[in-house]
Amino acid sequence: MLGLSRSDLLMLLFVLFLVAAAPILLNPFPEASRFAQFNAGYPDLMQRFVIFAIFAVGFNILFGLTGYLSFGHAAFLGAGSYAGVWMLKLLTINVLPAIIVSTLVAGVFSLIIGYISLRRSGIYFSILTLAFAQMSFALAASVLTPITGGETGLQTALNDPRILDGASSGTGNIPAPALFGLEMRDSIQIDFGGWLWTFNVGYYLSAFILLVAFYLSIRIFRSPFGMMLKAIKSNNQRLSYTGINPRPYTLAAFVISGMYAGLAGGLMVAMDPLAGAERMQWTASGEVVLMVILGGVGSLVGPVLGAGLIKYAENIFSKINESLLTQWFAFMPEGLTDFMVTIVSPFVGKGWHLSLGLMFMLVVTFLPGGLIGGVTGLFGRIFGRRSKAQGE
Amino acid sequence: MSALEVRGVNKRFGGLQALNDVNLTVEEGRIHAIIGPNGAGKSTLLNCFVGRLTPDSGTVMFHGKSLLGIQPYEINQAGVSRVFQTPEIFSDLTVLENVMIPALAHRDGKFEFNALRPMRREKDIQKLAVDVLEDLGMPDKHDMIASSMSRGDKRRLEMAMGLVQDPKLLLLDEPTAGMSRADTNNTIEVLRHIGDSRGITMIIIEHDMHVVFSLADRISVLAQGTVIVEDQPENIKGNVKVQEAYLGGAQ
Ligand SMILES: Nc1ncnc2c1ncn2[C@@H]1O[C@H](COP(=O)(O)OP(=O)(O)O)[C@@H](O)[C@H]1O
Ligand SMILES: [Mg+2]
Repeated sequence: MLGLSRSDLLMLLFVLFLVAAAPILLNPFPEASRFAQFNAGYPDLMQRFVIFAIFAVGFNILFGLTGYLSFGHAAFLGAGSYAGVWMLKLLTINVLPAIIVSTLVAGVFSLIIGYISLRRSGIYFSILTLAFAQMSFALAASVLTPITGGETGLQTALNDPRILDGASSGTGNIPAPALFGLEMRDSIQIDFGGWLWTFNVGYYLSAFILLVAFYLSIRIFRSPFGMMLKAIKSNNQRLSYTGINPRPYTLAAFVISGMYAGLAGGLMVAMDPLAGAERMQWTASGEVVLMVILGGVGSLVGPVLGAGLIKYAENIFSKINESLLTQWFAFMPEGLTDFMVTIVSPFVGKGWHLSLGLMFMLVVTFLPGGLIGGVTGLFGRIFGRRSKAQGE
Repeated sequence: MSALEVRGVNKRFGGLQALNDVNLTVEEGRIHAIIGPNGAGKSTLLNCFVGRLTPDSGTVMFHGKSLLGIQPYEINQAGVSRVFQTPEIFSDLTVLENVMIPALAHRDGKFEFNALRPMRREKDIQKLAVDVLEDLGMPDKHDMIASSMSRGDKRRLEMAMGLVQDPKLLLLDEPTAGMSRADTNNTIEVLRHIGDSRGITMIIIEHDMHVVFSLADRISVLAQGTVIVEDQPENIKGNVKVQEAYLGGAQ
């Protein structure tokens, strides 16, 4: 069905289930529970999970299949964001044109940068992409201020033209991004005996687009085109003696992953119509690399997992502070409580990067196939089958 | 008619004259062997045919078209496939994928954007690959990761990668090195059968004289970058110059 094999269809259905049930799955603790701060089922964070998953799934098409490691993909995400806000300002507050134009603008931008960067391979390619992205960041923050809003960023305003649906229709409020009238920030809340579930319009739109993006990535992985990309990673030289010109293949993969990044950028501004230059910074480019490696390079589900994990750590670990820790360890004898708080506190709150770094080191050292490789390996061992990790 | 015409090819590596005014004519549909001691320049010569190296001077014409100054993939698309001396395969892909890639390249050309076509619907390509692997005596290894194969099997795999493209000219650089006697004999059979049935022109570099004399229609002997003899196999056996070259190479 859908041109997928049975196992791929199952994988797609599994991801469908995860994203559809996320508002429930991510809120395992009742509101009153003292673990409630570990709940991640609120719209803002769930939107970020799926949007960054789209970014990572696309990045994996380039990095996972061809092995070309770009350090500049945040530039495409940023370009997509700016393009999206402009659409919301000039055309209509409907998010559909914004999302489409974001993807296209990022596609053109990545075609140009990819065409130049792919004249080199290996570390030189990585450095070139990094240089281009940092240039874009610097330009967005300074010279291009009329287009990008410079350091304050670009956002929708009351007096935007919005030629398709007439300005703010006299309410005196800046209109909220919507899909044919359905506002992205709208939610239905269900109070289920202590648990609070929030079903948010923006989240479900993003989740639907993630499913489409994920489906397309499965199709690409399983196509002759995808096989050529794997051959490029395996032995680029050999491929050219086999009659294939590797350049247009890598460029196509680069542009596809750039368009995924632009799509993610467009969705970000559809959820919250504000774009800033920091979205293009090298740390943002590095983050998607971490997501893919953590989840499992070249596997299909890995990047989704990696994106979720990093965004969870960023938003949840960072909220834990010393007084909270003291509360948790209060059941211990007094000296021990202080000791535990001292040990744990560097890894939480502002120190969440430390936990992430540690996790990253452990995964890279002990799980070469990333988390997903570890999980499949474990299942293989449990069921006594020969472990055959995804995408290896 | 001649398939390949090589005229006055020279190649220097620093102070080493690796190829010295090499001339070679390979007739269409024939198997032409190149023999000679190690370091004679045999692999270097093949490198000049597939775009890995550019000769300092001379011409290489394939069916009247120059092979010099064009990209390796263009040379392959013109009908020249090569089996390398040290196996060049896609190590982390499966055996079947290794053979399907050249088959796709042969059918679809140097670039084809077919990102949404499912690979498992490519029944024809799959059948081509399965048949070639069967011919080469590897019917049961389709899902093996290529890097985990023995050296001899890697060579047979690479031969499959060449043959599946149904090339006009197949270049084989020591195809049986590292193979068991039985596999070597099987390879001879396969190459002879393909030579007869499909009329593929072949250039084969070989040290195993049993292979050379079983297959070759014509033999060139290369020593220190120079073709010292070119003749029929029966005239090569007793040739004094050839014996000297081999003894000289063994010094
Ligand atoms: N790329 C290269 N750079 C420098 N020297 C080379 C290169 N390729 C081959 N040679 C030298 O050229 C000579 C011929 O090598 P080669 O063609 O591999 O010999 P054969 O295949 O006949 O054993 C050898 O002395 C080898 O060291
Ligand atoms: Mg050699």
